[in-house]
Amino acid sequence: MRQAVALILVLAVGALLVFTVNAYLLPFGTFPERRIGGFENESVGKRILEDAPITTGSASVVTSVVWDYRGYDTLGEATILFTAVCGVAMLFRVARRRA
Amino acid sequence: MAGMTVIVRTISRLLFPFLFLFGAYIVVHGQLTPGGGFQGGVVLAAAVILLLLAYGIEGAQAKVNALQAELAESLGGLILVWMGLMGTIVGIAFFQNVLPFGSLGHVLSAGSLPVFNFGVGIKVAAGLLTIFYAILRIQGEEEK
Repeated sequence: MRQAVALILVLAVGALLVFTVNAYLLPFGTFPERRIGGFENESVGKRILEDAPITTGSASVVTSVVWDYRGYDTLGEATILFTAVCGVAMLFRVARRRA
Repeated sequence: MAGMTVIVRTISRLLFPFLFLFGAYIVVHGQLTPGGGFQGGVVLAAAVILLLLAYGIEGAQAKVNALQAELAESLGGLILVWMGLMGTIVGIAFFQNVLPFGSLGHVLSAGSLPVFNFGVGIKVAAGLLTIFYAILRIQGEEEK
């Protein structure tokens, strides 16, 4: 019973992945709304893909998005990491003193 | 923690410079190839953690001790914020790309992005190492 449920779940997730990745298989591939109004031709992603090497000078589009288009976001990520390290250090120092 | 057998020690000692070089390559080439500061920093931290597993905590702290790791983490954060502030000082906006772009596809290109990648690489590597040291320190206290 559990195996059957697990198999069905895996198949469902696999089918979802396949349909999502493949743009020509409906219903998940290309949303009908995206075809209306030239959305596919004028999306933000396409604009960034075309402009990134010129506006940032970086050959890697991912790096230009991470550090130039969304620099605030990445600074926030670095802050989260800093806070995590501070929290771990603080927790283990308190535990050591108590023991 | 006493460390592992002589085979593991030898292999990890031979492997350490190559791992470190690979991590540095990922950080430095962040604006050219897939990768960047976060990923390269994790590889750099993994190189030291390999030494830690093979030689014990003393072997790893002979290379990078806990104080150095904490200082390097703060230094990485300072580089990030300082380069962000350079945008307001030299240019118009916070996090503006103010350095000259250079020619596309070379290592010295893309303005401030290599500096950001360098800072976050140091920060991630030292941060992960600091977490490891903190956890191992409390474990060593319990064994005594």
